[in-house]
Amino acid sequence: MGRSFYFVVLLYFLSSLSGCSGSSLNNPYPKGDEAKTILYSSFSQRPKHLDPAQSYSSNEITFTGQIYEPPFQYHYLKRPYSLIPLTAEDVPSPLYFDKDGTEITGADPAETVALSVYTIKIKPGIRYQPHPSFARDTEGKFLYHNLSDQALERIDTLSDFPKTGSRELRAEDYVYQIKRLAHPRIHSPIYGFMSEYIVELKDFGTQLREAQKKGAAFLDLRDFPLAGAEVVDQYTYRIKIHGKYPQFLYWLAMPFFAPVPYEVDRFYAQAGLAEKNITLDWYPVGTGPYMLTTNNPNLRMVLERNPNFHGEQYPMEGEPGDRAAGMLEDAGKPLPFIEKVVYSLEKEDIPIWNKFLQGYYDSSGISSDSFDQAVRISETGNTDLTEEMKSKGIRLLTSTAASTYYMGFNMLDPVVGGGHPSARKLRQAIAIAIDQEESISIFQNGRGMAMQGPLPPGIFGFKEGEAGINRRVYDWIDGKPKRLPITAARQLLAEAGYPQGRDEKTGQPLILHFDTTGTGPEAKATFDWLRKQFEKIQVQLVIRNTDYNRFQDKMLKGTAQIFQWGWNADYPDPENFLFLLYGPNAKAGKNGENAANYSNKEFDTLFDRMKNMENGPERQRIIDQMVEVVRRDVPWVSGFHPQRFGLFHAWYGNIKPNLMANNTLKYAKVDPHLRTQQQGQWNKAVWWPLWVGGMLLLLGTLPAIRSYRRKERGISEHSWQRNLQ
Amino acid sequence: MTAYIVRRLLYAFPILIGVNLLTFLLFFVINTPDDMARLHLGGKRVTQEAVDKWKADHGYNKPLAINLSAQGSGKLTETIFFEKSLRLFFFDFGRADDGRNIGADIRQRMWPSLAIAIPGLLVGLFVNVTVAMLIAFFRASYIDTWGVIVAVAMMSISSLFYIIGGQFLFSKMLRLVPISGYDGGLNAVKFLILPVIIGLIAGVGTGTRWYRTIFLEEIGKDYVRTARAKGLSELTVLFGHVLRNALVPILTGVVVVIPLLFLGSLITESFFSIPGLGSYTIDAINSQDFAIVRAMVFLGSFLYIIGLLLTDISYTWVDPRVRLN
Repeated sequence: MGRSFYFVVLLYFLSSLSGCSGSSLNNPYPKGDEAKTILYSSFSQRPKHLDPAQSYSSNEITFTGQIYEPPFQYHYLKRPYSLIPLTAEDVPSPLYFDKDGTEITGADPAETVALSVYTIKIKPGIRYQPHPSFARDTEGKFLYHNLSDQALERIDTLSDFPKTGSRELRAEDYVYQIKRLAHPRIHSPIYGFMSEYIVELKDFGTQLREAQKKGAAFLDLRDFPLAGAEVVDQYTYRIKIHGKYPQFLYWLAMPFFAPVPYEVDRFYAQAGLAEKNITLDWYPVGTGPYMLTTNNPNLRMVLERNPNFHGEQYPMEGEPGDRAAGMLEDAGKPLPFIEKVVYSLEKEDIPIWNKFLQGYYDSSGISSDSFDQAVRISETGNTDLTEEMKSKGIRLLTSTAASTYYMGFNMLDPVVGGGHPSARKLRQAIAIAIDQEESISIFQNGRGMAMQGPLPPGIFGFKEGEAGINRRVYDWIDGKPKRLPITAARQLLAEAGYPQGRDEKTGQPLILHFDTTGTGPEAKATFDWLRKQFEKIQVQLVIRNTDYNRFQDKMLKGTAQIFQWGWNADYPDPENFLFLLYGPNAKAGKNGENAANYSNKEFDTLFDRMKNMENGPERQRIIDQMVEVVRRDVPWVSGFHPQRFGLFHAWYGNIKPNLMANNTLKYAKVDPHLRTQQQGQWNKAVWWPLWVGGMLLLLGTLPAIRSYRRKERGISEHSWQRNLQ
Repeated sequence: MTAYIVRRLLYAFPILIGVNLLTFLLFFVINTPDDMARLHLGGKRVTQEAVDKWKADHGYNKPLAINLSAQGSGKLTETIFFEKSLRLFFFDFGRADDGRNIGADIRQRMWPSLAIAIPGLLVGLFVNVTVAMLIAFFRASYIDTWGVIVAVAMMSISSLFYIIGGQFLFSKMLRLVPISGYDGGLNAVKFLILPVIIGLIAGVGTGTRWYRTIFLEEIGKDYVRTARAKGLSELTVLFGHVLRNALVPILTGVVVVIPLLFLGSLITESFFSIPGLGSYTIDAINSQDFAIVRAMVFLGSFLYIIGLLLTDISYTWVDPRVRLN
């Protein structure tokens, strides 16, 4: 600060005035990076966890997905989503055993399966990114595993370690990470869930807690055997899970099951490093195509190509239409294409959007504020880019998310809940009355698809067209679903015992309560709209607005009445959505994910059969039955599957929305020359308004100067006359 | 004066304890440790066991303020309030709920806050004083009238408008500076120009009005009339006499805010993506990170007390008649 600051400010303006500036003045990036294949993106919230045992949020997996390599991954281009090997040799089929330990086949009834065993072979020759935890001295001892206080004084970030090392990926690293899920120091969000499946994981966690209580500063997990995860040989490991759980393979494509070597755990366990915020939670170590070289979550995070990456090729095949769309132009080429990715912290939507338009971000979502500037919707309902976007060569890619957002009824509630026909009819009436299509049009800018059942598109079991509509709410007219008339809703309401919105026994108006955390003008508009929907059937809706914590409390206690909720897919299997309505999974009392506390024996029985089945006609038939039960009982209404709109500049290629994979960065490519050229064209500085403003200011001071002179003259004349007197 | 300073510092202890208690009460009235655990563990597949484990690991598994199951002084000391508060007085801020060292984060993030605040303060002071002097010089003329009208108009506009308008005009339309961002060292300059200018424009209305009032008050005093009677030019009177005497309230007003410059600006840092302490506090409030909120409130209170103390001391520097007893 001080003199040097003002000197640089002066230099900045002088260089810009004289035209010496090599790049645009508003370019936020350093000079010299223009020709590099760097991808520029942003993040709005600093990731809380980058430790693969803890990281679960999408903003965290953006990073961990590129760094860590679980054994499997999703095919980038093929649909429906399919698992392919990543570090594994192949995707194994599990071996099944009954309770006597006898091997049985997958065709045997699921309830006879007591144990599933997955044997995973990994590819040899895969190496970790360079990292100080692997660095050794000439005697082969680790250089930085016992740092002295003196050595720690010189360390502020990971890059302060002068030496790094690497080693080959081993099967034991995968086993080590599975053990870490139960570590008492690490709060893995899936520990409780996985304890139900991975053999002895729960006991293993207890064992670790006991060991930690005895005062162990570092727990070397290799010393604690776990029956559910064992090393077979250097490149093979085995996972044993209780019962049959085919969806377990999808979990093995998530960073939770990526390898963490012992050396890394030992290195980061040093107390002095944690004091300096140098932990595995902030400096991940993996075998993936990228490594995190700058981790300043307060400012910028940078991924750079891992020099030890084992190599992978761009897919040779995709789904029909991919070749025509140019998605296979790079087939067989080595990955990754981009050498560096810079994520800058941006808190607000407006700067992100403007920087995207200036070419300083390579892609952008579309906020509701900028929707009209970016997208136009034709009279036929088709979405297209505006001329402004087209003139910049921007492309729009849309995809329907594997997510479901819905309004739910608390099925424990005495008025709207329960399986009694009158309550069911009340819910059916509300389902017809709430015009979800209108809601999507008003509040989502048309970016959504009205829900016909719990399953979103892209998930096995979802049915399109007439076969997939909810006949209790829609008719199929002129090739599209049409909501039943409001008279049907009123009729149902009367049958439910509330003719014209009044209790037929007491004559009192029916008042329902909507529990929410929404605040602000946008939420108020939504509430007003919602009240009007209920008014269509003469039912009064009271908004019970509380803060997030109180709302969560109500949901856990089962005291809410009507609420909004949502779910994003963990993996592409119908089980991951239908379990949200499974009775034993209720939120109230059982802390599960069934927020509506829905419980129906028929549904639960069908779910138990369906969850372990392979996709096929029989599974589809059961899913159809389950969906029909849900449509009849109506625990959810007014749901939708959001559509994601993404804008991409012309220089950003190989982009295909993949809602399951989180390691897609390695397939993307950028053309830095086109980007630099376009940025130059779009960002020429405009100086003349400043000159005009300066001139006007000068002109504005002239009367003041004249006034000053007159005043001074007046004073001196006055003094002169006084002197004369 | 030393006795005075020591006494004031001792007064600070009960104030800080009170502030800490108030923060604690306000925070835990709306957040239970269970709520905090659930927010940090995420929305999916969180078991009660995981919640309990999180609370135990973060020291939130004890009673809030009184531990009835403890013996003797343990009733007070074996509580969340005592355990979380005591070390603040040694400036040990502990760890955030995500495990990061708060002290290290504060040390890192205070520099960007200062990088905006110091030039903003200095340039703002210079411009505000100059404009106020000019208006005072042309007092009772149309320049004075219009100056006050413009100042009132400018101080009536939300700072958010200046920020968004400034980004639109200077970055989007004229393309002279980056819209947002930050960098280390001298590279920070191009990112600081716009927030400093916008801060200056947003504050010029209030500053000008305040300083104009001070100058007009001084101008009406006898020594100014005497100076004019000596035949001094109006400029000499203003800069040589009025400004010097008006410095007392100006200086004290500035000194009191100097320690608070560390805390940064909440809105400016957020819109310009500047990783200072203002955005740190906002993030902590949004993520219900009590450890950071408590540390920042404590730091803010402490700095404010220091600011007030410095103000008192500065009185003795600028006005030799003032003695601190």
